[in-house]
This record gives sequence, C-alpha cells and structure tokens, in this order.
Amino acid sequence: MSAPSVGHGLPDAGTPAQIPAPEGAGTPNFTIRPKLSDSGAVEGELLEVSMGPQHPSTHGVFRMDIVLDGERVVKLKPVFGYLHRNHEKIGEGTTYLGSMPYTDRLDYFCSMTNNWAYALAVEKLAGLQVPERAEYLRVILAELTRLQNHVSLCGFLLQDMGASGTPLMYAFRERENILDLFEAISGARMMCNFMRFGGCRCDAPAGWLERVQKIVGNFPAFLDEFEMLLNENEILMARTQGIGIIPRELVVNASITGPLLRAAGVNYDIRKVDKYGIYDRFQFRVPLGARGDVYDRYMMRVLEMRESLKILEQALKSVPGGPIIDPKAKLRGFRPKAGEAYGRIEGPKGELGFYLISDGSPNPYRYRVRPPSYINLTVLEDMCLGHNVADVVIILGSVDIVLGEVDR
Amino acid sequence: MLSLESIKAQVEQAIPGAKLAIVRNDAPSAQHSLLVDNASGLAVAAFLRDDPALRFDYASNVTGVDWPEMELTEKIKVKKMVEGVEKEVEEVKKTLRPGYLEAVYHLYSMELKHGPLVLRLRTENRTDKAHLPSLTPVWRGAEFQEREIFDLYGIVFAGHPDLRRILMWEGFKDFPMRKDYAEPDDYEYEPTPHDDVLERARQHYPAEGKG
Repeated sequence: MSAPSVGHGLPDAGTPAQIPAPEGAGTPNFTIRPKLSDSGAVEGELLEVSMGPQHPSTHGVFRMDIVLDGERVVKLKPVFGYLHRNHEKIGEGTTYLGSMPYTDRLDYFCSMTNNWAYALAVEKLAGLQVPERAEYLRVILAELTRLQNHVSLCGFLLQDMGASGTPLMYAFRERENILDLFEAISGARMMCNFMRFGGCRCDAPAGWLERVQKIVGNFPAFLDEFEMLLNENEILMARTQGIGIIPRELVVNASITGPLLRAAGVNYDIRKVDKYGIYDRFQFRVPLGARGDVYDRYMMRVLEMRESLKILEQALKSVPGGPIIDPKAKLRGFRPKAGEAYGRIEGPKGELGFYLISDGSPNPYRYRVRPPSYINLTVLEDMCLGHNVADVVIILGSVDIVLGEVDR
Repeated sequence: MLSLESIKAQVEQAIPGAKLAIVRNDAPSAQHSLLVDNASGLAVAAFLRDDPALRFDYASNVTGVDWPEMELTEKIKVKKMVEGVEKEVEEVKKTLRPGYLEAVYHLYSMELKHGPLVLRLRTENRTDKAHLPSLTPVWRGAEFQEREIFDLYGIVFAGHPDLRRILMWEGFKDFPMRKDYAEPDDYEYEPTPHDDVLERARQHYPAEGKG
C-alpha cells in the first residue's frame, strides 16, 4: 500500500485530519491538526504524537501525548496508570506487617529505602524505639541503595543520550556488587523485605561489614574514572546543558523533591532537616546545583554518591553490637492505637512518605504512599516546552521515574 | 514551629470568616491537624503559604480519606431505679455519624524548615455534595495528587485546572478507594471462560450469552 499523503488538503480549521490506517492496523498513534495564528488563519500544521507506552526511553509503561510544531514541543501531557494495581487498597486489606514486602515493589530499585520509610511511619504511629545497631544497619543499607540507584540512573541517562551500552554496563557492574551485599544480608537482591517495625529482620552475617567496607573502599576509584570519562564529555555537555530548566520558584511550589530540587539550588535534604534515624551523627554536605538543567541533575547524582560514600565510611567505623529489633515490638497481633502518623525519609528519588491512619484494628484504616517520582512528574510539561523530542527523552531520564511507584 | 493553637488564632485573625477546628491525634506521633471550612479553604491556604512567620511553601503529601456513614456506639453510665434501689447501669448509646470524604494536606516549609502542618477539608456528604475547593492554585504540587483523589475517591475539586482521571482509565465509573467499593464480579475474566467463571459471565451479560 502506498504511504498516506501527509499534510495535503487540510480540512476546515479545528477538525483533526485522521490519516487512514491500513486495514487491521488499529488507529494510528499520530494526528495532524492545523496550526492557527491568533487571527484564526491556518499557519502550518501541528503533529500530535503518542510517545509510549512501549517506548524504550520511557523506562517502563509510560506514555506522553505530545503536540509538536515541527520538532518543537508545544504541549505535553503525561499519561500513566498502566501498572496501577491499587497498592493502597491492598495495603488497607492486609495487616501492617503484610504490606512490608509489598513496599519493595513500589520503587523496585530502592526496596531498602521503601522499607525504611514504611517502618518509620509505623514507628511514629505506634511509638516504637529502634536499637542502635539496627539504626546503623539502616543507614548503611539506605546509603548503599542511594549509591546503586544513582549509578544506574547515570547509566540510563547516558543510554538515553545514545551512548549505547558502555556507561550503563560500567554502572551496572558496580550495582551488581551492591546487590550482592543485599542478597547476603536479606536473601534477595531487589525485593529485600528487610526492615521491621522497631528494627531489622535479621542481623548481618559474619564478615558482611568487611565486605561492605571493601566495596565502599573501591567505589571512589570507579567514580573517578566515571567522572573523568563523562563530566566534560562534549556530547554530554552539548545535549544536557541548558535543557529542561525549572525555575526555582516553581520547583518549590510544585513539591519537587530530591536531586531535582537540589539541582535547582534549593537546600532541602530531609536527612538534614528531619534528622531521622541517626543522620545527625554524620558529617556530610548537601550538593546544590546552580541552573537546574539536566546537566546539573546528572552532577547532583554524582556528587550525592560522593557524600553517601562519606556517610558509609563514618557509619562502618562505629557499628555497635546489641539487639537488632526492639524487644517490645510485636510482629504478630500488632495493633497500634487509634491515631495517625506521617513519616518521611529522603529516598534516592526524593521525599518518600507514608501516611497511616489506625482505627485500632490489625489493618491500617488508611495507607497512603507519597511517591516522589509521581509528584516530580507534575512539572514534566514545564520542563519540556520549547525543546525537541530528543530532549524530552533526556529530560524524562533525568527525572528518574520508576513506574512501579508512579502507578502504584 | 508555632503551636497549632497559635497558628489557628493567627489564621482566624487574618481571615475573619474562617471556621477552624483542631482535630486531636492520640497516636505517639502527636500530629494534630487543622480542620478548615470549605468556603475559606483557599484563603487559608494562601495565608499559610505567604505569611512570613509560617511560610508553608511546600505541600508535601495530599491525600483523601473516606469516612462512610457509621453507627458509633458509646457506653455510658446512667443512674436508674432498679427494684426500688438507685443503681448505676451501663447503657449503650448509639449515634449516627454522617459520612463524608476528607482531603488531607501535609504542609512543610522549605524556607523556614519546619512542619508538618496537617490541613483537613471535609465534603458535606459522599454523594451529591462531594465538592472541595482545589488548592492547586496555591500549591502546584497538589495538581496530580488532587487528580488522584478525584480519580480514586470521587472528590470534585472546584478550580482545578485539569481534573481528569489519572490512574484509572477514562470511562471508568466507580471510585476504587472508597470503603464501600465492590469489585465487579466478572473480575476474574478469562479468555476462555469455564465453569463458575462462565456462569458468572453469563449472569453479567445475559443478552450476549456467549460461552
């Protein structure tokens, strides 16, 4: 069949021209609309494209309805929910502990921090204390999670830019080492299900801390090499600098958190603000960006990895002995008194919070996840307007979304 | 951060018509919340964001809660004459709490680094008057989260720029997060229905009668 003629014989202004699809092909995923000037005259044409859901750059099942003027984005609406399974409803239908393994599946890159955020919210709700050793293990695991999340994000971002494979493989090599550590302590590489209300599930196996020390000790050498290869790479700089800037005022108003917020120069790190767990004991700095473009977001991840390494070095030196879980914490028959609590942590992607309402029964009355990457998508359109389609891919990559968390 | 009582007094002073109430929270977290009436919701939100001593510029978490109509039972002791002697007798007092939907906002201040302030708005009922003012004009961060509440709870936010379903698909009828939501009984759809699944499918689509 000959290709349908595109752009000829525009119909009356306002009615979209549907290109006839070949029989049995379903509806095409693009539409041509007339572009109108202010006076209503036809000036040219706009192309409405549906990018996704099965697009390699969308990091999952995610779709964007984009209206293009030539190559330039004039409108963009994110569409998601393809992975929606109503996590919150399931959480209300099961016991408090029953939701713990299910939090792993939210942001499946960072199950340890998901566990911690949920445990923290329940500890606030029930007033549980966490023993010293468990606090140290939590910090170590959370910072390892941040390392492997950020390193994979850098790899994916370069992959999105067309650096096919190599940076991602470098990043995944380091991630593998950290996943091995998770496997040694929890039995699972990604779905760790490790934390419990008032502590952790089990103690670290013999020699585990030494293994962590070895991997943490080797990590700076990898990071030096990675930075040397990429930071001043001409392609990276040309593709990312000045792209996807969000103004500072909008960033706060739109509830953006995590590296995106700090790339825009706002000093807000929940580890510093709330000092949850034992984060007040460690010396570390909060890196800040100057312009809030994609390059700053890339650099933010690299610099945060350096700070995480500092925290890990300090934490590994002073892990105390002792119990791993609060002896008063009940695993079975856990029924917190009626009330509510909102607990939040600085996850690798931003503020991860859990809001729980208890009515005194074994199940939470309300179980709410505050997913950082879902809320960070609020300004996706603002970031992409005026840029090319190829930049949309990079901007989305720099937001760092995981659809398991966005769709819940 | 100022105490909730003084924040309440400040808001009442700045916005004369506002009706505020403090909702106590007995959990160890002690995160008490501020219940705001719908008419002054937007003005209160703008005041909380802009007042230099409060500066709640960051709406972290926005969520809905469903409180269906419920019979509350309360045991009270009543003095009664039993067989000529005055005795204390326990009686069960029943009150009907009307149902409503609630939107909960957790506010923090990025500038002054304090929080959370929990703001609550309640609808009149769960059916025809499930309306609330949208706070998206004040905090853009509420945009997707209010859409999610509209999608899953059915609260209609007046003044929201783009109120559509977000996680469920367009054309979906019900509100899945409500407590009385019933899953459709052809939930376990199978490409080749058999036995009881087939029987249920038949009940559901009597006209088609395929099998």
